[in-house]
Order: sequence, then C-alpha cells, then structure tokens
Amino acid sequence: MMANDIWFTPTHEWVRVTGDVAEVGITDHAQEELGDVALVQLPDVGRVLQLGEKFGEIESIKAVSELYSPLTGEIIEINEDLETSPEQVNDDPYGEGWMVKIRLAEPDEVGKLLSEAGYQTVLDKE
Amino acid sequence: MLRTSLYDLHVRQGARMVSFAGWDMPVCYRSGTAQEVLACRHGIGLFDVSHMAEFHITGSQALAFLQYVTTNDVARLSPGKSQYSLLANEHGGVIDDIIVTNLAEDDYLVVANAGCYQKDWEWFSEQAKLFDVSLVDETNETALIAVQGPAAIGLISELGMFDASQIKRFHAGEGSIAGVPCRISRTGYTGEDGCELFCTWASAPRLWTSLVSGGGVPCGLGARDILRLEAAYPLYGHELNEDVSPLTAGLQWAVKTAKADFIGKRSIVEQAEQGIRDVLVGLTVVGERVSIPRQDCSVYTPSAEAPVGRVTSGTLSPTVDARIALALVSREASVVGTSLEIDIRGRRVECTVTKLPFYRNGV
Repeated sequence: MMANDIWFTPTHEWVRVTGDVAEVGITDHAQEELGDVALVQLPDVGRVLQLGEKFGEIESIKAVSELYSPLTGEIIEINEDLETSPEQVNDDPYGEGWMVKIRLAEPDEVGKLLSEAGYQTVLDKE
Repeated sequence: MLRTSLYDLHVRQGARMVSFAGWDMPVCYRSGTAQEVLACRHGIGLFDVSHMAEFHITGSQALAFLQYVTTNDVARLSPGKSQYSLLANEHGGVIDDIIVTNLAEDDYLVVANAGCYQKDWEWFSEQAKLFDVSLVDETNETALIAVQGPAAIGLISELGMFDASQIKRFHAGEGSIAGVPCRISRTGYTGEDGCELFCTWASAPRLWTSLVSGGGVPCGLGARDILRLEAAYPLYGHELNEDVSPLTAGLQWAVKTAKADFIGKRSIVEQAEQGIRDVLVGLTVVGERVSIPRQDCSVYTPSAEAPVGRVTSGTLSPTVDARIALALVSREASVVGTSLEIDIRGRRVECTVTKLPFYRNGV
C-alpha cells in the first residue's frame, strides 16, 4: 500500500491512506451536487465507526446529505475549521475540505474501495 | 418532460436542470443560488417562468364568472390592471393562488401555478358551465420572463425605448422590448421592483438573450424560492393548500367577503367568526452553526413536548444572512419576539418570531 493513495466509495466519499490512518472527505462531484455547504456535522474524536455507518451530515441550501464511513476504525481527528468555514468543502474538497481521520481497525478494507476509474464508472451511471 | 422555449439557452448558460411540475427547469446556473439571490437584490435577476399556466377568459359573463370563482374583487380592475387572488374551495381552503388581469372589457387573463395547471383548468372548466364565458388555455403559447431587481426598470426602459416607470405597480402595458412585442406587467414574486414580460414562445429566446446582454443575471427556481420567502410571499403547497384557510395564511386582504356569493365565501366567513387558531409567522434562527429549517419541521415553545406549529418553508437567506422560516403556529406563540424551538432532524434549534417580511424593496 503506497502512501497518499486516494480511493473512493459509491456514496461519494474519498479516502487517502497513510500508514494506518485514513483521511476522509467528500468528492468534487458531491460538493457540486450539494451547492454551497452551510453546515457540516461531524462526530466526536474517539468515536468508533463501522464500515458503512453514518458518521455525520452535510447541509446546503438545497439538501441534506448523510456521510458514511468508508472504513472501520476510531476517529482520531476532525477538521474543526469546517465549523466556521464549511465552504472549504466546496473550495477544496480533497484538501482543506477533509473531514475526519480514522485509525484503521481493518486495513484490508482499503482493498475493497474504488479506484479513481471505478468511481468514474459510478459517476457515468448516474 | 416539458421544456420552455428557453431550454437550450439555459443549458448553454450552464444551468443545472431539475424536474418541476412536469417541466425541465433551471434550479440554478454556474454561480449558484446564493449568488443569484444577491444579483437580483442588487441588480437585475432574470427568471424563466414560462411553465406557469395562462387561461384567457372572455364573454359577456366573464366578470361574473371570475367574481364567483375567485376571492378578490375583480370589479376593481380597469383595463390593464391586475390583482392577486385565490381560488377557494367550498370548505374555505385554497385551490391555488393566482394573478387576475383585466385586458379589456369582458376580457381577462388568469396566471396560475404550473403545479396546479391540470387541477385549475378542470376547476375553471367545470364552474364555467354556469356562465356565458369562453375559456382558452394559452399556457403552451405564452412565454413569461420576470425581470426583477433595483435596476430592472432601467433595463426594460433602455431595451424598450420608453420610460417603464410610467407603468404603475400591478398595471400592464403593451410594448416592444429589444424588438420583441410584449405585454409588460409591473408585477413580480421577489419583493423587488421590476416587470414580468409576456411574449410568444417563439420570440422568448431573442428577448432573453437581449436581457442577458443588457446585464440581467439568469436566476433559477432555487433563487426564486429564496427571494419570495425573504419577501414573505406564500408558495402554493407550502403556506397554501386545500386544507388551509386564507385567513390563517394572512391573506384576508385578498378575500372580499362584501362581494356577492363566491365559492368558499360561507366557509371563510365562518372561519372568521369562530376565530383563527393558527397564524403564519416569520422565524429567524439564533446562531449560525446550526441546521437549516425546512418544510414540516415541528415548532415548540422552549423545552415543551407538544408542538405549537410547523415550518411551511425554510432556507438560509443570503440577503439577511440568517436561517429563516415561515411557520404556522398557534396564536399564543405568534407574538413578535417570542422564543421558540424548531426540531430539525431530532435536534432543537432556537429561533425568534420575527416581523414579516424578512426583506422587501431594499429594506
């Protein structure tokens, strides 16, 4: 597993893995669909998530979307900047718009995530 | 799905399209809803509302017919004048909200909501059987472009080569805008000054393009909804429906019970006599880092278990920079300044009852 690989889920989250820590956010497609993000609700540090578990909500004028954990593990850090600057999700979805960092409990789960090509296939079907 | 004659232009201008009342309509363009709202409030917003229904009513009993099916007093309309009105049902609920325009003697136009098109046409057709009137559905021939904002009258004057400010509010005149023959109606749904331009389906693209070149900013349905909410105008299906009294929605001014009998009159008079239990209020959410209130969220007095009302419309207002809502609440909870709570997906959010409108005409 190379450092800084980026993977995707069918529910429009992205994952960047470094060692046993995964950084998670939502994709450019997802932020485009939402429009201007007004609020991001994130869990507390220390919360343990199962793969596929809802971990938060992201809200725009248009809609409310749920955030699903792409992996099983413990939340070790959340992006507190998003509380005052939720627009970072729109402006820089793969950078400053990151949401949570998870310490992986099951590293093998990374192998089940979509590659960029795999995610593009999901988008093409929509 | 149906398309207006501006569909290609919307797509070319980067619109995100959405299905609305069977029509493929722009919900926003590239810069997004919030930017469009601000563009309208500070300059000129353009709205394709060609999907709305237009019914042309003529005949020796056109006035009597409209007096019978609408709640407002149609007799007050001289040629060129319009009024906001309601189609009420027998139970005193609202079938639709409409604009009635007197075009000439025994000659009227009704503009109605796209979402109520089928229902309204059937209702009109049924009721018209009792009157000497002719009904023509002009929906699919009539294009309608709203030009709204503090600079809207200026643009219309420039492109029409006349002083558009001479057309009084809720009046209409015939003219030619950028070479396109139009009826120019000084009406709108944004709380800004401006006009709505009626033209043929075929000539609408040329008119739209000229308005854009002149500085008009295309605005989608998302912006339209926020603008009308800020101005506290009701939206059918939210503040108005067949089970809500016009009195509850604060529309007693559009109901003239001194008129001779009209559909719903008896029920509405009874409602007034019994007293209205619920009223439409404005709510402003306290704080910024909280959820946006939306239709059907329950409203409570602080820490109470039983709701005192529900949200009918909610949004994040770019104009007043706050989360705002319209809500139906019991009279006791409706005093301006009252602290209430809105339940948004399981979380209680604090808000205050605010004077309406939130924003209209620069204030």
